[in-house]
This record gives sequence, C-alpha cells and structure tokens, in this order.
Amino acid sequence: MIRPHRSHPLWVAFLLHRISGLGLALFLPVHFYMLSLAITAPERLDGLLRFTDLTIVKVAEFGLVFLLAVHLFGGLRLMALEFLPWSPHQKTMASMAVALAFMVSTSFFLKAI
Amino acid sequence: MMKRIGLLTSDTKMMTVSIWREEENDGRFEDYEVPARENQTVLDVVAYVQQHIDPTLSYRFACRVGMCGSCAMMVNGAPRWTCRTHVSKVVTDERLEVGPLRNLPVIKDLATDMDPFFEKWVAAEAVFHPSATRDDPMAAITPDDPMRIAASEAIECINCAVCYAACDVVENNPDYFGPAALNRAWSLVNDSRDAGQDARLAAVGSNGGCHNCHSQQGCVQYCPNELNPTLSIAGLKRETTKAMFRWSR
Amino acid sequence: MLDIRLYMAQRLSALIMVPLVIGHIAVMIYAVQGGLTVDEILSRTQGSFAWFLFYGSFVVAVSVHGAIGLRVISFEWLGLKGRSLTILSWIVFAGLLGLGGRAVFAVTSAGGGL
Repeated sequence: MIRPHRSHPLWVAFLLHRISGLGLALFLPVHFYMLSLAITAPERLDGLLRFTDLTIVKVAEFGLVFLLAVHLFGGLRLMALEFLPWSPHQKTMASMAVALAFMVSTSFFLKAI
Repeated sequence: MMKRIGLLTSDTKMMTVSIWREEENDGRFEDYEVPARENQTVLDVVAYVQQHIDPTLSYRFACRVGMCGSCAMMVNGAPRWTCRTHVSKVVTDERLEVGPLRNLPVIKDLATDMDPFFEKWVAAEAVFHPSATRDDPMAAITPDDPMRIAASEAIECINCAVCYAACDVVENNPDYFGPAALNRAWSLVNDSRDAGQDARLAAVGSNGGCHNCHSQQGCVQYCPNELNPTLSIAGLKRETTKAMFRWSR
Repeated sequence: MLDIRLYMAQRLSALIMVPLVIGHIAVMIYAVQGGLTVDEILSRTQGSFAWFLFYGSFVVAVSVHGAIGLRVISFEWLGLKGRSLTILSWIVFAGLLGLGGRAVFAVTSAGGGL
C-alpha cells in the first residue's frame, strides 16, 4: 500500500485525512438514526446508550472522536496551506494536527471512563 | 596486464540491477550484473547495460548534467533524475530497480511517451500569451517586484515529469493536469507581460485543474530542482477563488 | 473531477463546520461524564432554537461536505464517473440531509408536551 514514492509524512497525512473523512461519513447515518430514536423509541435509544458503558464501546467512541478531531485539525492545516502565506513547516503542522487530535480524543476518553 | 578504466578486471565488485523491459505492452523486470563502482549514477548503470550487455535496451537521456530533464525514471519505486542520482544514495538492501516513469505510457523499456504530459501543459494554459510585439519597448520589471519574485520561485522547472510520476492524483484522475503544468501556469499568472490571464484562470479552474490537488506534496518531495508545485497550486486556488468573486459581480 | 464550484462548496462547508465541530467536541467531553441518557440529551436540547440552529446548520454543511468528499473518493478509488458519480453524490447529500434533519428534529423539537 505505502509504495516507495508515498513514503513521506505528508502523504500519510493525506491518507489519514481521507480515511478519517470516509469513516465519519459512514458513521454519520448510524449516528443520525440513533438520535432520531430519541423521539420515536426513547427506550430503545436508552438501551443502546447503555452499551456505551462497555469499555470496548468507549474505545470505539475514542476512535470516533479521534477521527473527528484529526479531520478537523488536518482540514485546518489544509486550508491554512491553501489560503495563508506558505509555511515551510508543513511536516510539523501535520504532526501537530495528529498530536492535537490525540490530546482532544484522550481527554474525551478520560472523561468517559 | 594493463589496467584500463572502464574495463572489468577479475577483482571488480559486481552488483545486480533490475531493469524494466517492455515491448508492445509485454513487460517484466530483468536482472543484469553490472560493476558496483564507488561513484556512479543510475544513468551510468543503465548506459553500462545498454553498451556492454544488451544494446536493445531503450532509454532517454541527453545532457547528463541535470539540465535537460530527459532521463527521469523510477528508481527503487521513486521518481528520480537518473543522471544526478548516485547509486550509493538510493540503493537499498543491495537492490537497484530501474523502471519507466509512472503515470505515462511506455514506448519501450525505460522510455515513456511524454505527449500526455505536455498536452496538459497546453490544456492548463501554461503557455505565454504575449501582450506586446517586438516593436514595443521592453517591459520594465524590477527584480524586487513581488510578482517577479513569485514567478522566480516557480521558474526553474526542467520538464522532467518527476513530479507527474510522484503524484497520486495524476494516477487516479486521468484529466488532472499535474504539478508541472500547474506550476508553470502559476509562474505565468505572475508574469505581468502576459495577456491571457482570464483564459488561464478558467483553464486551471476547470475539470482537470488545480482544485483536484490534495496537497500530498509528493511533487515537493521529489522535485530534483527543489521547486514547490504545491505552493504554486495553492496560489492558483487563491487566484481562481478571487476571480470567481470578480466574475460573479 | 473537482471544478471550482465543488471546491468552493467543499471549503465553505468546511469553514462553517470549524466552530461547529469544536463546539460538538466540547459538548461531547462535557456530556459523556457520568454516562449518556435520553433524558439528559433531551433536557439540554429540547425546544431550544439555538441548538436547532447549531445542529441544523451542522447537518446542512456536513451533507454538502460529505457528499463531495465521497464523490472524490468514489472517483479516485472506485473509478466511478459520469452520471453514476453525479447520482451517487446527490444520494449521499439527500441521505445525510434527510437522516440528519430527522435527528435534529428529534432532539430539538418542543416534544409531546408542548
């Protein structure tokens, strides 16, 4: 998958942005469907929400928050690249985006457990 | 026995190079034994194979000094200008693999058909449209003019297509003009003598244009002249955005 | 594939979502403490015009953004093009907008009592 011409950090940053976006787009219909249950079948939603007590579900939630945060910070990096004067610190900014996303999703995880 | 430079002696160290051989869409890597010299470029190795082992090997080169942009190939999977790439710098696990440039049709062996590459330069309006004739006075552009400085940053392209081979958007999107054409378009956007700016911004804002770029920056990574096509493409994105607001008024 | 109109739609929807995503993450970190229940969610959002605007604009922006994003991925990785690509983009847009709109309505409408 990571062929030699792709083995540089900014290509990995691209892949992360694409995978996170794809993951979020696939998760959204589930997310929306579950929220609609709040009015159509609140007891079912409460039942589903009880699953979030499971550690494995908390880890999955951590993953989702990470995807959202890394797509946000990665997207900010891309828009800064496109609309602000060029910065020579492209790789630093890409790693900052991942670090920030990790920080945000870890704070979520620590509050969740 | 007289020792002559360039000829093999019994104690010459050898290495294996895999070279892509292709004719009429039938292609595979073939191994050749070549001398492992301390100082040799990838182009030297390819030339050795053609001159001493198999004269039917086809490849393209001209200047040998990194000016003409003809000799770019895939070296161990990455695009390189072979005349300025030392074997010792790129060889990994004693392995050297030389193939034709990615994203371009192969004519034979290591020689690719560059037509699609240059056709896209024209499609991207990466061509100069003069605004004056030879009878007009020379345009006065000072070296510290911001547009001149922006143009200078993009101007040293040798059309080697290394960036084109490094780009995954080119691979996945046959319409995409690619980094080199858009980089050239950007240097012309900053040319105050050019009379074709509206047509150029329309071209780089079209289907195959700058907005397809995902800023993976493989072009920046591999450009042998250390140009920054991603910066140029970002400039085009800004200028086309501004133009859209201008045109909509 | 991506001309300037789609590009602008993608970037504008992204810009709109920047504060919304930050807000969403903040609410998640706050709300997840002590576990989630339907009552807790509804007590925060039900009948609130502000939350309706927040999540409503979020859903519109994400429908545009997700549809264009999936359009690019389907083109580059699955080789979809032409009319099937256009149809897919519109289905994703309409699907996200419909499901999202229903979800926003479910949590922010005034509820049975009013």
